Amino acid sequence: MSKKGYFTELYVGGKSLLVGLGVTFKACLQPIVTVQYPREKLDITPNYRGHIELRRDPESGECPCIVCGMCARACPSGCITVEGEKKEGEKGKTLTVFALDFTRCSLCGTCVETCPKGAIDFSQDYNIAGFTREEFHYDLIRRLEERG
Amino acid sequence: MMESLMPELIRMVVAAVLVVAFVFLNAMIMGYLERKLSAHIQRRPGLMEVGPHGILQLLIDGLKLIGKQLVIPEKSDHFLFRLAPVLSFAPVVLPFIVIPFSRKLVIRDLDVGLIFILAISSLNVLTILVAGWSSNNKYSLFGAVRSVAQNISYEIPMLLSLLAVVLMTGTFSLQGIVAAQGKIWFFLIQPIAFITYIIAGVAETNRAPFDLPEAESELTAGYHTEYSGMGFSLFMLAEYANMFIVCSIATTLFLGGWRGIPLPFGDYSGIIWFFLKVYGLMVFLVWIRWTYPRTRFDQLMNFCWKYLIPFALVNVLVTAVLVKVL
Repeated sequence: MSKKGYFTELYVGGKSLLVGLGVTFKACLQPIVTVQYPREKLDITPNYRGHIELRRDPESGECPCIVCGMCARACPSGCITVEGEKKEGEKGKTLTVFALDFTRCSLCGTCVETCPKGAIDFSQDYNIAGFTREEFHYDLIRRLEERG
Repeated sequence: MMESLMPELIRMVVAAVLVVAFVFLNAMIMGYLERKLSAHIQRRPGLMEVGPHGILQLLIDGLKLIGKQLVIPEKSDHFLFRLAPVLSFAPVVLPFIVIPFSRKLVIRDLDVGLIFILAISSLNVLTILVAGWSSNNKYSLFGAVRSVAQNISYEIPMLLSLLAVVLMTGTFSLQGIVAAQGKIWFFLIQPIAFITYIIAGVAETNRAPFDLPEAESELTAGYHTEYSGMGFSLFMLAEYANMFIVCSIATTLFLGGWRGIPLPFGDYSGIIWFFLKVYGLMVFLVWIRWTYPRTRFDQLMNFCWKYLIPFALVNVLVTAVLVKVL
Protein backbone atom coordinates (compact mmCIF):
# COMPACT_ATOMS: atom_id res chain seq x y z
CA MET A 1 0.00 0.00 0.00
CA SER A 2 1.35 3.39 -0.95
CA LYS A 3 1.79 6.10 1.65
CA LYS A 4 -0.89 8.22 0.03
CA GLY A 5 -3.40 5.39 0.06
CA TYR A 6 -2.72 4.79 3.75
CA PHE A 7 -3.76 8.26 4.88
CA THR A 8 -6.55 8.63 2.31
CA GLU A 9 -8.08 5.41 3.59
CA LEU A 10 -7.83 6.64 7.15
CA TYR A 11 -9.51 9.94 6.26
CA VAL A 12 -12.28 8.44 4.11
CA GLY A 13 -12.91 5.65 6.59
CA GLY A 14 -12.99 7.98 9.57
CA LYS A 15 -15.35 10.34 7.82
CA SER A 16 -17.76 7.56 6.87
CA LEU A 17 -17.74 6.35 10.47
CA LEU A 18 -18.79 9.82 11.66
CA VAL A 19 -21.52 9.97 9.01
CA GLY A 20 -22.76 6.59 10.27
CA LEU A 21 -22.93 7.88 13.84
CA GLY A 22 -24.92 10.85 12.55
CA VAL A 23 -27.43 8.59 10.83
CA THR A 24 -28.15 6.56 13.96
CA PHE A 25 -28.27 9.69 16.11
CA LYS A 26 -30.94 11.20 13.87
CA ALA A 27 -32.89 7.94 13.83
CA CYS A 28 -32.74 7.91 17.64
CA LEU A 29 -34.52 11.28 17.82
CA GLN A 30 -37.21 10.47 15.28
CA PRO A 31 -40.62 9.18 16.42
CA ILE A 32 -41.21 5.47 16.90
CA VAL A 33 -42.82 3.70 13.95
CA THR A 34 -43.78 0.34 15.46
CA VAL A 35 -46.86 -0.34 17.60
CA GLN A 36 -47.21 -2.46 20.75
CA TYR A 37 -49.24 -5.14 19.00
CA PRO A 38 -51.72 -6.69 21.38
CA ARG A 39 -52.45 -3.28 22.98
CA GLU A 40 -52.32 -1.13 19.85
CA LYS A 41 -53.34 -2.22 16.37
CA LEU A 42 -52.67 -0.74 12.98
CA ASP A 43 -55.63 0.24 10.78
CA ILE A 44 -56.24 -2.27 8.02
CA THR A 45 -56.19 -0.95 4.47
CA PRO A 46 -59.74 -0.52 2.98
CA ASN A 47 -58.76 -2.89 0.17
CA TYR A 48 -58.29 -5.77 2.61
CA ARG A 49 -60.45 -8.73 1.62
CA GLY A 50 -61.47 -10.66 4.71
CA HIS A 51 -64.48 -12.99 4.91
CA ILE A 52 -67.76 -11.52 3.65
CA GLU A 53 -70.10 -9.56 5.85
CA LEU A 54 -73.61 -8.18 5.36
CA ARG A 55 -73.69 -4.43 5.24
CA ARG A 56 -76.36 -1.84 5.95
CA ASP A 57 -77.65 0.70 3.53
CA PRO A 58 -76.23 3.99 4.82
CA GLU A 59 -79.55 5.85 4.14
CA SER A 60 -82.19 3.48 5.51
CA GLY A 61 -79.96 1.68 8.02
CA GLU A 62 -81.40 -1.66 6.90
CA CYS A 63 -79.68 -4.52 5.09
CA PRO A 64 -80.63 -4.22 1.40
CA CYS A 65 -80.62 -8.00 0.81
CA ILE A 66 -83.61 -9.21 -1.23
CA VAL A 67 -82.93 -12.96 -0.78
CA CYS A 68 -82.41 -13.49 -4.52
CA GLY A 69 -79.78 -16.17 -3.86
CA MET A 70 -77.39 -14.89 -6.52
CA CYS A 71 -74.44 -15.01 -4.14
CA ALA A 72 -75.13 -18.60 -3.10
CA ARG A 73 -75.35 -19.67 -6.75
CA ALA A 74 -72.27 -17.71 -7.77
CA CYS A 75 -70.10 -19.14 -5.01
CA PRO A 76 -67.70 -21.71 -6.55
CA SER A 77 -67.21 -23.44 -3.21
CA GLY A 78 -70.88 -23.46 -2.28
CA CYS A 79 -70.19 -22.07 1.14
CA ILE A 80 -73.06 -19.56 1.34
CA THR A 81 -76.56 -20.53 2.48
CA VAL A 82 -79.35 -17.97 2.02
CA GLU A 83 -82.94 -18.47 3.12
CA GLY A 84 -85.88 -16.11 3.36
CA GLU A 85 -89.61 -16.10 3.92
CA LYS A 86 -92.56 -14.07 2.72
CA LYS A 87 -94.00 -12.03 5.57
CA GLU A 88 -97.50 -10.50 5.66
CA GLY A 89 -97.73 -6.89 4.62
CA GLU A 90 -94.19 -6.67 3.29
CA LYS A 91 -92.94 -6.33 -0.25
CA GLY A 92 -90.61 -9.16 -1.24
CA LYS A 93 -88.93 -11.71 0.99
CA THR A 94 -87.27 -11.17 4.35
CA LEU A 95 -83.88 -12.63 5.09
CA THR A 96 -83.96 -15.31 7.78
CA VAL A 97 -80.69 -17.23 7.29
CA PHE A 98 -77.41 -16.04 5.82
CA ALA A 99 -74.71 -18.56 6.75
CA LEU A 100 -71.10 -18.59 5.60
CA ASP A 101 -68.91 -21.67 5.93
CA PHE A 102 -65.57 -19.87 6.05
CA THR A 103 -63.60 -23.13 6.18
CA ARG A 104 -64.33 -23.62 2.48
CA CYS A 105 -64.36 -19.99 1.32
CA SER A 106 -61.53 -19.09 -1.08
CA LEU A 107 -62.05 -15.31 -0.75
CA CYS A 108 -62.62 -15.00 -4.51
CA GLY A 109 -65.17 -12.20 -4.07
CA THR A 110 -67.58 -13.43 -6.73
CA CYS A 111 -70.50 -13.12 -4.29
CA VAL A 112 -69.69 -9.47 -3.65
CA GLU A 113 -69.54 -8.79 -7.38
CA THR A 114 -72.80 -10.54 -8.24
CA CYS A 115 -74.96 -9.08 -5.49
CA PRO A 116 -77.47 -6.80 -7.27
CA LYS A 117 -78.11 -4.69 -4.18
CA GLY A 118 -74.59 -4.37 -2.85
CA ALA A 119 -75.60 -6.07 0.39
CA ILE A 120 -72.33 -7.96 0.87
CA ASP A 121 -68.94 -6.50 1.62
CA PHE A 122 -65.54 -7.73 2.76
CA SER A 123 -64.87 -7.46 6.47
CA GLN A 124 -61.65 -6.15 8.00
CA ASP A 125 -61.22 -9.03 10.44
CA TYR A 126 -57.81 -10.64 10.39
CA ASN A 127 -57.50 -11.92 13.96
CA ILE A 128 -59.39 -15.11 13.25
CA ALA A 129 -58.00 -18.22 14.85
CA GLY A 130 -60.06 -20.95 16.48
CA PHE A 131 -59.96 -24.39 17.97
CA THR A 132 -62.89 -25.99 16.10
CA ARG A 133 -64.30 -25.92 12.56
CA GLU A 134 -67.64 -24.75 13.91
CA GLU A 135 -66.11 -21.47 14.96
CA PHE A 136 -65.76 -20.61 11.29
CA HIS A 137 -69.42 -21.27 10.43
CA TYR A 138 -70.53 -17.67 10.61
CA ASP A 139 -74.11 -16.51 11.05
CA LEU A 140 -73.84 -13.22 9.19
CA ILE A 141 -77.25 -11.90 10.32
CA ARG A 142 -76.24 -12.21 13.96
CA ARG A 143 -72.90 -10.55 13.21
CA LEU A 144 -74.77 -7.70 11.51
CA GLU A 145 -76.97 -7.24 14.56
CA GLU A 146 -74.02 -7.38 16.92
CA ARG A 147 -72.31 -4.60 15.00
CA GLY A 148 -75.39 -2.50 15.64
CA MET B 1 -3.42 -6.42 67.75
CA MET B 2 -7.04 -7.34 66.97
CA GLU B 3 -8.29 -3.81 67.64
CA SER B 4 -5.93 -2.27 65.13
CA LEU B 5 -7.00 -4.82 62.55
CA MET B 6 -10.72 -4.28 63.02
CA PRO B 7 -11.22 -0.99 61.08
CA GLU B 8 -9.21 -2.41 58.20
CA LEU B 9 -11.29 -5.57 58.22
CA ILE B 10 -14.55 -3.63 58.25
CA ARG B 11 -13.26 -1.48 55.42
CA MET B 12 -12.48 -4.56 53.33
CA VAL B 13 -15.88 -6.14 53.94
CA VAL B 14 -17.77 -2.93 53.17
CA ALA B 15 -15.72 -2.37 50.02
CA ALA B 16 -16.24 -5.93 48.82
CA VAL B 17 -20.00 -5.77 49.39
CA LEU B 18 -20.31 -2.38 47.70
CA VAL B 19 -18.27 -3.41 44.68
CA VAL B 20 -20.15 -6.65 44.08
CA ALA B 21 -23.48 -4.89 44.56
CA PHE B 22 -22.38 -2.21 42.14
CA VAL B 23 -21.33 -4.76 39.52
CA PHE B 24 -24.85 -6.20 39.58
CA LEU B 25 -26.49 -2.77 39.55
CA ASN B 26 -24.25 -1.66 36.68
CA ALA B 27 -25.23 -4.68 34.60
CA MET B 28 -28.90 -3.84 35.18
CA ILE B 29 -28.48 -0.19 34.24
CA MET B 30 -26.41 -0.99 31.19
CA GLY B 31 -28.67 -3.82 30.10
CA TYR B 32 -31.60 -1.43 30.23
CA LEU B 33 -29.76 1.42 28.49
CA GLU B 34 -28.45 -0.90 25.82
CA ARG B 35 -31.83 -2.37 24.98
CA LYS B 36 -33.62 0.96 25.15
CA LEU B 37 -31.06 2.84 23.03
CA SER B 38 -30.82 0.08 20.45
CA ALA B 39 -34.59 0.14 20.20
CA HIS B 40 -34.74 3.88 19.65
CA ILE B 41 -31.96 3.74 17.07
CA GLN B 42 -34.10 1.19 15.22
CA ARG B 43 -37.19 3.34 15.88
CA ARG B 44 -38.85 0.83 18.19
CA PRO B 45 -40.11 1.62 21.72
CA GLY B 46 -38.05 -1.20 23.28
CA LEU B 47 -38.85 -2.44 26.78
CA MET B 48 -42.34 -1.29 27.75
CA GLU B 49 -44.00 -4.10 29.69
CA VAL B 50 -42.56 -4.47 33.20
CA GLY B 51 -42.84 -1.25 35.15
CA PRO B 52 -43.02 2.24 33.64
CA HIS B 53 -41.11 2.13 30.35
CA GLY B 54 -39.93 -1.34 31.31
CA ILE B 55 -37.41 -0.27 33.95
CA LEU B 56 -38.03 -3.39 36.01
CA GLN B 57 -37.48 -5.76 33.08
CA LEU B 58 -33.82 -6.36 33.92
CA LEU B 59 -34.75 -7.24 37.53
CA ILE B 60 -37.18 -9.86 36.24
CA ASP B 61 -34.57 -11.13 33.77
CA GLY B 62 -32.07 -11.45 36.60
CA LEU B 63 -34.52 -13.40 38.76
CA LYS B 64 -35.30 -15.65 35.83
CA LEU B 65 -31.62 -16.36 35.21
CA ILE B 66 -31.04 -17.16 38.90
CA GLY B 67 -33.94 -19.59 38.80
CA LYS B 68 -32.69 -21.44 35.74
CA GLN B 69 -30.74 -24.65 35.73
CA LEU B 70 -27.09 -24.65 34.76
CA VAL B 71 -27.01 -27.33 32.11
CA ILE B 72 -23.60 -28.96 31.83
CA PRO B 73 -22.92 -30.67 28.50
CA GLU B 74 -22.15 -34.36 28.96
CA LYS B 75 -18.80 -34.44 27.20
CA SER B 76 -17.47 -31.15 28.53
CA ASP B 77 -14.77 -30.75 31.11
CA HIS B 78 -17.11 -30.45 34.09
CA PHE B 79 -14.67 -28.88 36.53
CA LEU B 80 -13.39 -26.19 34.14
CA PHE B 81 -16.90 -25.60 32.79
CA ARG B 82 -18.13 -24.71 36.26
CA LEU B 83 -14.99 -22.76 37.12
CA ALA B 84 -14.92 -20.48 34.04
CA PRO B 85 -17.83 -18.13 34.89
CA VAL B 86 -16.55 -17.64 38.42
CA LEU B 87 -13.06 -16.99 37.07
CA SER B 88 -14.42 -14.41 34.65
CA PHE B 89 -16.30 -12.63 37.43
CA ALA B 90 -13.34 -12.34 39.83
CA PRO B 91 -10.99 -10.19 37.68
CA VAL B 92 -13.68 -7.61 36.91
CA VAL B 93 -14.36 -7.04 40.59
CA LEU B 94 -10.71 -6.43 41.53
CA PRO B 95 -10.01 -3.28 39.42
CA PHE B 96 -12.67 -1.42 41.37
CA ILE B 97 -10.19 -1.39 44.25
CA VAL B 98 -8.07 1.32 42.63
CA ILE B 99 -10.63 3.32 40.65
CA PRO B 100 -10.86 6.84 42.15
CA PHE B 101 -14.58 7.62 42.29
CA SER B 102 -13.90 10.99 43.93
CA ARG B 103 -11.20 12.84 45.90
CA LYS B 104 -11.83 10.65 48.94
CA LEU B 105 -13.83 7.68 47.68
CA VAL B 106 -11.25 5.17 46.57
CA ILE B 107 -10.79 1.79 48.19
CA ARG B 108 -6.97 1.74 47.91
CA ASP B 109 -4.89 4.26 46.00
CA LEU B 110 -2.06 1.94 44.96
CA ASP B 111 1.13 3.47 43.55
CA VAL B 112 0.91 1.00 40.67
CA GLY B 113 -2.86 1.35 40.24
CA LEU B 114 -2.86 1.46 36.47
CA ILE B 115 -0.57 -1.56 36.13
CA PHE B 116 -2.74 -3.39 38.65
CA ILE B 117 -5.89 -2.80 36.56
CA LEU B 118 -4.22 -3.79 33.31
CA ALA B 119 -2.68 -6.90 34.82
CA ILE B 120 -5.96 -8.03 36.37
CA SER B 121 -8.16 -7.27 33.40
CA SER B 122 -5.95 -9.19 30.99
CA LEU B 123 -6.87 -12.30 33.01
CA ASN B 124 -10.28 -12.04 31.42
CA VAL B 125 -8.95 -13.51 28.16
CA LEU B 126 -7.84 -16.61 29.99
CA THR B 127 -11.30 -17.23 31.41
CA ILE B 128 -12.83 -16.89 27.97
CA LEU B 129 -10.38 -19.47 26.70
CA VAL B 130 -11.21 -21.77 29.63
CA ALA B 131 -14.93 -21.38 28.95
CA GLY B 132 -14.55 -22.03 25.22
CA TRP B 133 -12.25 -25.00 25.66
CA SER B 134 -14.19 -26.74 28.41
CA SER B 135 -17.52 -26.50 26.57
CA ASN B 136 -16.29 -29.04 24.01
CA ASN B 137 -18.21 -27.27 21.27
CA LYS B 138 -16.87 -25.96 17.99
CA TYR B 139 -18.60 -22.58 18.27
CA SER B 140 -17.35 -22.02 21.79
CA LEU B 141 -13.81 -22.94 20.84
CA PHE B 142 -13.80 -20.70 17.76
CA GLY B 143 -15.17 -17.84 19.82
CA ALA B 144 -12.51 -18.35 22.46
CA VAL B 145 -9.68 -18.56 19.91
CA ARG B 146 -10.85 -15.40 18.21
CA SER B 147 -11.17 -13.63 21.52
CA VAL B 148 -7.62 -14.52 22.52
CA ALA B 149 -6.16 -13.40 19.19
CA GLN B 150 -8.10 -10.16 19.31
CA ASN B 151 -7.34 -9.34 22.92
CA ILE B 152 -3.65 -10.03 22.63
CA SER B 153 -3.23 -7.78 19.62
CA TYR B 154 -5.37 -4.96 20.99
CA GLU B 155 -3.59 -5.00 24.34
CA ILE B 156 -0.55 -3.43 22.65
CA PRO B 157 -2.11 -0.16 21.36
CA MET B 158 -4.06 0.05 24.61
CA LEU B 159 -0.91 -0.08 26.72
CA LEU B 160 0.94 2.29 24.39
CA SER B 161 -1.82 4.88 24.54
CA LEU B 162 -1.92 4.71 28.33
CA LEU B 163 1.88 4.91 28.44
CA ALA B 164 1.75 8.32 26.77
CA VAL B 165 -0.30 9.65 29.67
CA VAL B 166 1.95 7.99 32.24
CA LEU B 167 4.99 9.62 30.60
CA MET B 168 3.39 13.01 31.06
CA THR B 169 2.34 12.53 34.68
CA GLY B 170 5.22 10.37 35.84
CA THR B 171 2.97 8.26 38.06
CA PHE B 172 0.94 5.05 37.85
CA SER B 173 -1.31 6.09 40.70
CA LEU B 174 -4.76 6.93 39.37
CA GLN B 175 -5.31 9.64 41.98
CA GLY B 176 -1.97 11.13 40.93
CA ILE B 177 -3.04 11.14 37.28
CA VAL B 178 -6.31 12.87 38.17
CA ALA B 179 -4.37 15.41 40.24
CA ALA B 180 -2.16 16.16 37.22
CA GLN B 181 -5.23 17.15 35.20
CA GLY B 182 -6.00 20.22 37.30
CA LYS B 183 -5.68 22.72 34.48
CA ILE B 184 -6.36 20.79 31.31
CA TRP B 185 -7.82 17.36 30.69
CA PHE B 186 -5.52 15.02 28.83
CA PHE B 187 -7.84 14.21 25.94
CA LEU B 188 -7.04 17.71 24.64
CA ILE B 189 -3.28 17.18 24.85
CA GLN B 190 -3.38 13.51 23.85
CA PRO B 191 -6.24 13.15 21.34
CA ILE B 192 -4.53 10.33 19.45
CA ALA B 193 -3.94 8.36 22.64
CA PHE B 194 -7.56 8.92 23.67
CA ILE B 195 -9.01 7.72 20.36
CA THR B 196 -6.61 4.77 20.27
CA TYR B 197 -7.57 3.83 23.80
CA ILE B 198 -11.31 3.99 23.11
CA ILE B 199 -11.00 1.83 19.99
CA ALA B 200 -8.77 -0.68 21.76
CA GLY B 201 -11.13 -0.62 24.72
CA VAL B 202 -14.09 -1.53 22.53
CA ALA B 203 -12.07 -4.43 21.16
CA GLU B 204 -10.98 -5.50 24.66
CA THR B 205 -14.57 -5.70 25.84
CA ASN B 206 -15.50 -7.78 22.77
CA ARG B 207 -18.24 -5.41 21.74
CA ALA B 208 -19.48 -4.56 18.27
CA PRO B 209 -17.98 -3.68 15.80
CA PHE B 210 -15.28 -5.97 17.24
CA ASP B 211 -17.63 -8.62 18.62
CA LEU B 212 -16.15 -11.48 16.61
CA PRO B 213 -15.79 -13.75 19.67
CA GLU B 214 -19.56 -13.84 20.07
CA ALA B 215 -20.66 -13.13 16.51
CA GLU B 216 -24.28 -14.29 16.58
CA SER B 217 -24.64 -15.01 12.89
CA GLU B 218 -21.52 -17.17 12.75
CA LEU B 219 -20.90 -18.65 16.18
CA THR B 220 -24.38 -18.59 17.81
CA ALA B 221 -23.03 -16.99 20.99
CA GLY B 222 -19.31 -17.72 20.91
CA TYR B 223 -17.58 -18.84 24.08
CA HIS B 224 -20.75 -18.84 26.21
CA THR B 225 -22.90 -20.85 23.78
CA GLU B 226 -23.24 -23.77 26.21
CA TYR B 227 -23.86 -21.70 29.32
CA SER B 228 -27.28 -21.21 30.82
CA GLY B 229 -28.69 -19.69 33.99
CA MET B 230 -26.23 -18.13 36.39
CA GLY B 231 -23.20 -19.24 34.37
CA PHE B 232 -24.37 -17.15 31.48
CA SER B 233 -25.33 -14.21 33.66
CA LEU B 234 -21.90 -14.15 35.33
CA PHE B 235 -20.40 -13.73 31.86
CA MET B 236 -22.86 -10.94 31.11
CA LEU B 237 -22.12 -9.22 34.43
CA ALA B 238 -18.42 -9.50 33.67
CA GLU B 239 -18.88 -8.01 30.22
CA TYR B 240 -20.74 -4.96 31.49
CA ALA B 241 -18.40 -4.52 34.45
CA ASN B 242 -15.49 -4.70 32.01
CA MET B 243 -17.12 -1.99 29.98
CA PHE B 244 -17.41 0.11 33.12
CA ILE B 245 -13.74 -0.42 33.93
CA VAL B 246 -12.60 0.50 30.42
CA CYS B 247 -14.72 3.65 30.53
CA SER B 248 -13.58 4.59 34.01
CA ILE B 249 -9.92 4.25 32.97
CA ALA B 250 -10.67 6.50 29.99
CA THR B 251 -12.39 8.96 32.32
CA THR B 252 -9.58 8.92 34.86
CA LEU B 253 -6.74 9.23 32.37
CA PHE B 254 -8.23 11.46 29.70
CA LEU B 255 -11.39 13.16 30.94
CA GLY B 256 -10.18 14.53 34.26
CA GLY B 257 -11.57 11.76 36.49
CA TRP B 258 -13.85 13.17 39.18
CA ARG B 259 -12.98 16.78 38.29
CA GLY B 260 -15.66 19.05 36.95
CA ILE B 261 -17.52 22.28 37.46
CA PRO B 262 -18.26 22.44 41.20
CA LEU B 263 -21.77 21.28 42.02
CA PRO B 264 -23.57 22.26 45.24
CA PHE B 265 -23.03 18.86 46.87
CA GLY B 266 -19.63 19.40 48.47
CA ASP B 267 -17.46 16.30 48.31
CA TYR B 268 -20.20 14.32 46.59
CA SER B 269 -20.07 16.39 43.40
CA GLY B 270 -16.87 14.56 42.41
CA ILE B 271 -18.72 11.23 42.45
CA ILE B 272 -21.52 12.70 40.35
CA TRP B 273 -19.08 14.02 37.76
CA PHE B 274 -17.23 10.73 37.65
CA PHE B 275 -20.37 8.68 37.05
CA LEU B 276 -21.71 11.19 34.53
CA LYS B 277 -18.54 10.91 32.48
CA VAL B 278 -18.30 7.14 32.73
CA TYR B 279 -21.93 6.55 31.78
CA GLY B 280 -21.63 9.13 29.00
CA LEU B 281 -18.78 7.11 27.55
CA MET B 282 -20.70 3.86 27.99
CA VAL B 283 -23.69 5.29 26.15
CA PHE B 284 -21.27 6.30 23.41
CA LEU B 285 -20.05 2.68 23.21
CA VAL B 286 -23.66 1.47 22.96
CA TRP B 287 -24.25 4.02 20.22
CA ILE B 288 -21.19 2.69 18.36
CA ARG B 289 -22.36 -0.88 18.77
CA TRP B 290 -25.73 -0.22 17.17
CA THR B 291 -24.26 1.87 14.35
CA TYR B 292 -21.45 -0.18 12.87
CA PRO B 293 -21.56 -3.63 11.31
CA ARG B 294 -19.11 -6.28 12.49
CA THR B 295 -15.59 -6.16 11.04
CA ARG B 296 -14.06 -9.14 9.30
CA PHE B 297 -11.20 -10.82 11.10
CA ASP B 298 -8.53 -9.67 8.64
CA GLN B 299 -9.87 -6.12 8.83
CA LEU B 300 -9.72 -6.32 12.59
CA MET B 301 -6.08 -7.40 12.58
CA ASN B 302 -5.13 -4.96 9.81
CA PHE B 303 -6.65 -2.11 11.70
CA CYS B 304 -4.76 -2.96 14.84
CA TRP B 305 -1.33 -3.64 13.33
CA LYS B 306 -1.35 -1.13 10.49
CA TYR B 307 -3.15 1.81 12.05
CA LEU B 308 -3.48 1.70 15.82
CA ILE B 309 -0.02 0.43 16.78
CA PRO B 310 1.99 2.76 14.48
CA PHE B 311 -0.06 5.75 15.57
CA ALA B 312 0.23 4.85 19.25
CA LEU B 313 4.00 4.25 18.89
CA VAL B 314 4.61 7.58 17.17
CA ASN B 315 2.46 9.25 19.79
CA VAL B 316 4.50 7.75 22.64
CA LEU B 317 7.74 8.79 20.92
CA VAL B 318 6.61 12.37 20.38
CA THR B 319 5.30 12.57 23.92
CA ALA B 320 8.57 11.25 25.33
CA VAL B 321 10.60 13.80 23.34
CA LEU B 322 8.34 16.67 24.32
CA VAL B 323 8.35 15.68 28.01
CA LYS B 324 12.16 15.59 27.94
CA VAL B 325 12.54 18.89 26.09
CA LEU B 326 9.88 20.99 27.81
